[in-house]
Amino acid sequence: MHSPRLPLILGLVLLVGGLSVASLMIGPAPIPPLRALAALVSDQGSTSVVVRDIRLPRTLLAILIGWIFGLTGAGLQGLLRNPLADTAVFGAPQAAAFGAVLVLYSGLVGALSWALPFAAILGALASIALVVAVAGRRATVVVLVLSGLAIGSLAGAGTSLAITLSPNPFAVTEIVFWLLGSFEDRSMVHVLLAAPFIVVASALVLSSSTGLRALALGEETARSLGVNVMRLRVLLVAGAAVGTGAAVAVAGSIGFVGLVAPHLVRPFAGYDPARTLVPSGLAGAALLLAADCAVRLVPSQTEIKIGVLTAILGVPFFLWVIARRKAELSEMPV
Amino acid sequence: MSTLQAHGLAVDLGKRHALAGVDLTLSSGRLTVIVGPNGAGKTTLMRTLAGLLEPADGEVTLDGQPVTRMLAGERARSIAYLPQGGTVAWPLPVSAVIALGRLPHGEKPDDLPPRGQEAVAAAIHAVGLEGFENRPATELSGGERARVLLARALATQAPVLLADEPVAALDPRHQLIVLDVLKNQARAGRTVAVIMHDLTLAARFADVIVLLNQGLVADSGAPEAVLTEEGLARNFGIQAHVSHEDGHLVVVADRPLPVPGHGNAAPALK
Repeated sequence: MHSPRLPLILGLVLLVGGLSVASLMIGPAPIPPLRALAALVSDQGSTSVVVRDIRLPRTLLAILIGWIFGLTGAGLQGLLRNPLADTAVFGAPQAAAFGAVLVLYSGLVGALSWALPFAAILGALASIALVVAVAGRRATVVVLVLSGLAIGSLAGAGTSLAITLSPNPFAVTEIVFWLLGSFEDRSMVHVLLAAPFIVVASALVLSSSTGLRALALGEETARSLGVNVMRLRVLLVAGAAVGTGAAVAVAGSIGFVGLVAPHLVRPFAGYDPARTLVPSGLAGAALLLAADCAVRLVPSQTEIKIGVLTAILGVPFFLWVIARRKAELSEMPV
Repeated sequence: MSTLQAHGLAVDLGKRHALAGVDLTLSSGRLTVIVGPNGAGKTTLMRTLAGLLEPADGEVTLDGQPVTRMLAGERARSIAYLPQGGTVAWPLPVSAVIALGRLPHGEKPDDLPPRGQEAVAAAIHAVGLEGFENRPATELSGGERARVLLARALATQAPVLLADEPVAALDPRHQLIVLDVLKNQARAGRTVAVIMHDLTLAARFADVIVLLNQGLVADSGAPEAVLTEEGLARNFGIQAHVSHEDGHLVVVADRPLPVPGHGNAAPALK
């Protein structure tokens, strides 16, 4: 009665595995695949240093962050019954960045503190909760996108203000580069900082899968089927905020992965919002790994920021979805 | 055999008293049609009967047990509710949409046990959608989609079935198909209540008609007793002609009557 999901998940796992190996190989000093894997598990001198200390952390971060963006994107699209929902559309990355910048700017903590993800999560939570509150339950896509735009702009303005007022030019450069979104020069400390939050966020989003199914028929029907819609909303908004906050805290602002990933896998998951979740996470991980390999392959003096690349690729995709579904989007309540 | 009862039901929506003390009994084996003018409180009544709205006063009981005190799953297994103008958000196959009706039984729609599969097959048969199982629900006509959503409610196999305007916006053929299904459900011993605006159609299918006006039950009973010219003038503000043709009660609305404080009525329709 439904399309089998196992081959899809298996295929995506293999893709993520292959791209991970590629990510360990690619860089200023290319390393052959077997040597890269050997350097990972045994001491191969300087090769091991490059693979373990430089390329492994960014590979793990790309997987973790791509996974949580894909997962939360699919969760939010299911919650709002809307293919254009994503944390980026809600202004959450900008708000998370603003939260983190505030903490950095105050000079209370450094970039490797536990306070950073918490501040970023609070920022993301505030923005998503605000959009959901302003847009309301029956908001159209236009209301949703406009609210997200407004809140994202406000957070962006707040960040700009913090940068303008910063007395320290070095701190400014650091903040600006960090805001652009990158996996460059990240260490295992960054991985350990983000991982627990991403695990919590994943659990929150995955626990909502049955409810998301029922929500395909609208809120009233879902409630009549025994689903606690309020709880579902809290779980997903909290999951999205924790995931986005943790990701932004260690890798800066990277958008649109959560928007694109669910679209790529949905037809293969029979359009079931619950069955789209895990494949979306894996597709997100594959997308971000591929993007992170690509920024290292583009010949340039300094590495292109991955956040810039995902925006360059993601925005046309966003516009394409709008153009393709213009008619239905104009009337569709979320 | 289940009896759903409202006892002195009062519901406030914001500052408005949507229901102001409704007493009502829905018995098994009967199709009850709830009629009334716009804003009479029909949808509010149905949502409260389904346990989705908390009454400000009074209570709804299913076989004596208050529905607001039932666990969500137990309530969902006992009362199936079909809201007004339902939509399907994603191009899910028809069978997957109908399988969602098994959620209250703790059955996964993509991995139904034999009992669930039988229920879904029976629901598809009841609404005559055999052969539609793999079609995307978003690509169906309005009439076909209404039947899919009805089948979803049937698949729960709840003893009580509440449907809010299930035939609104349907062509005459689909109206008859949907009402036939609901009538058959009642004949099979279920407690069925439906909101409708077409009074002739209501009279034809209803065992009992409940006329709601201004948050109160203005009248209830057999169609002939409730749908009278005086009753329609008083509650709907219309001058209507009620006749019997081939054993069916026919209601023809002639013209709106002037309502005090609402200006003059529109001229009679020629």
